[in-house]
Amino acid sequence: MGATHTKPTRWGVLAEFSSAQQIYHACEQVRDAGFKKWDAYTPFPVHGLDKAQGLPASFLPWIVLVVGLTGTATAIGLQYWVHAIAYPLVISGKPFAAWPAYVPIIFELSVLFSAFAAVFGMLAINRLPMLNHPLFTSERFGRASDDRFFIAIEATDPKFDADRTTAFLQGLGADHVEFVE
Amino acid sequence: MATDALDNVSLDPVDGRAPLILGREDFRAVTDDVVRPIFEGPPKVWWAVLSFALTLLSVMGISIAYLFWEGTGIWGLNNPVGWGWAIINFVFWVGIGHAGTLISAILFLFRQKWRTSINRAAEAMTLFAVACALTFPGIHVGRVWVAYYMAPVPNQMAMWPNFRSPLLWDVFAVSIYGTVSLLFWYTGLIPDLATMRDRAKSLISKRLYGTFALGWRGSNRHWLHYERAYLLLAALATPLVLSVHSIVSFDFAVAQLPGWHTTIFPPYFVAGAIFSGFAMVLTLMIPVRKLFKWEHIITVRHMENMCKIILLTGSLVGYAYAMEFFIAWYGANEYERYAFINRAFGPYAWAYWTMVSCNVISPQFFWFKKLRTNPAFIFVITIFVNIGMWFERFVITVTSLHRDFLPSSWDYYRPTIWDVSTFLGSFGLFLTLFTLFVRFLPAIAIAEVKTVMPQADPHWHPADHGHAEGEH
Repeated sequence: MGATHTKPTRWGVLAEFSSAQQIYHACEQVRDAGFKKWDAYTPFPVHGLDKAQGLPASFLPWIVLVVGLTGTATAIGLQYWVHAIAYPLVISGKPFAAWPAYVPIIFELSVLFSAFAAVFGMLAINRLPMLNHPLFTSERFGRASDDRFFIAIEATDPKFDADRTTAFLQGLGADHVEFVE
Repeated sequence: MATDALDNVSLDPVDGRAPLILGREDFRAVTDDVVRPIFEGPPKVWWAVLSFALTLLSVMGISIAYLFWEGTGIWGLNNPVGWGWAIINFVFWVGIGHAGTLISAILFLFRQKWRTSINRAAEAMTLFAVACALTFPGIHVGRVWVAYYMAPVPNQMAMWPNFRSPLLWDVFAVSIYGTVSLLFWYTGLIPDLATMRDRAKSLISKRLYGTFALGWRGSNRHWLHYERAYLLLAALATPLVLSVHSIVSFDFAVAQLPGWHTTIFPPYFVAGAIFSGFAMVLTLMIPVRKLFKWEHIITVRHMENMCKIILLTGSLVGYAYAMEFFIAWYGANEYERYAFINRAFGPYAWAYWTMVSCNVISPQFFWFKKLRTNPAFIFVITIFVNIGMWFERFVITVTSLHRDFLPSSWDYYRPTIWDVSTFLGSFGLFLTLFTLFVRFLPAIAIAEVKTVMPQADPHWHPADHGHAEGEH
């Protein structure tokens, strides 16, 4: 597990921190050192960590907007088609295109489509489900869902160098640094 | 754990308020406390509750089977009262189902940090209440094999549902509410399922929790989109939760029947729904926090806050009752006026005054801090609130129907044993689902509770806060 072992099939290097404050400052340092293929792993969303990491804002809202409007259009089309084209029937003297009566379902379907877009769009952007990942081979990584904070720099990062990156992460105050195969 | 004695409801002039999570916990202790009951196995009481719930559930199964066999004739419906306990129970359960998403969505948008201790259980309760609610429209015509008439499905009769009817809006509103609540609940669960996966010892639970956790690894690039998705869901669910009971109220308000045809119905129904939902959350969580030793996570302050919402919405409901009467008099419509005099002083006066005492009078005790910080007292009041809210739907449905425009068609409505058994049985469904939920899933949102602890702030310093646990 020690940082001195080196193997060619290495995925990256994993550093463990013990507090939200440490990970925040460590992320700022890694960001400023110019690494690109790296990430922080935390048991809960640490406020402002995306800034410390230099991540751009999520584009999920645009997906939700487009899919939500599709829902709006679906509801309008469905109700108009049913009552004015497919099965025109006078019920309690209302017009076929009774727009005010269509509003509730237009609203409901917009929300339904948007909610699906928010959840499944988020999963797609995050490439989940992905039941296996190199990080899961680390014994210590299990605490990323509990009380520990991790930074992993991938070996494919152009700035990655086994010894120097390890030393760099140790210098940031990591409790433990290990290679992930 | 004698944390009930720990006071986090009063304001200290120097330190401000005590933290939401008591007992000087660190992150690991929170995880331990929440997952302990799941991995240690349930206490004996849990088995007792489960058997009780399953017994009730079988009562529901028998009642529904007999209904399908025999038809709606087994219920107490008569000629003027064609809508009986099926719709009453439906509205009752949907109303209860409002608290979960209100807590998760509206309190989230208002940045009410205290929601994190109770939102998971409240959302689960919402799902189970909506499941109970959907049972009743599903079975109420007694011919479950034509339930697909409610959905816009192309069929050989070239027949479509009527989108101009509030009853169809209701089908959409409630099923979409159920779906969105499920998505919201599941999204919130993903990080906690990962915690469960990492804590699980046996292979089968590792596999099961792991599969449902979808391979979540707490990546901050994931949290970024995850939090955005959560915010969007909250923003979407907020108008949704307000729309659902508004649309349920349209079932009544769009009909031209005295006592139903009023514009106050949508807000009044929404207030009542929140009122009953919060009461049900408290009814469930007061025993659960005791049983699972979560008094330091679901603290007295959490309960006090919920009591304040019950007090507010209960008073709104009381205001709506008064305003209905005022408009009945002020509107000078003799049928409307008669409907309301009949409601309060007619043959169903006993139901009306039960409703008023439970819904308007009982929450007024929560003006007193001593009473709204006493869990046992709160528990009793919440039971009364839900009795009252069931009676509200009974009063609205039955009193307006049993004496309509023609006195020759008046009748008195009485439920049969099958009405009662189906309703009591639905508690079996609700309780069974909830008991299984607290046994197998983290009933407290582990990741979210950690975010409201002071040391979760990246700019927090242990030295600033003498009472906080140091980092190690």
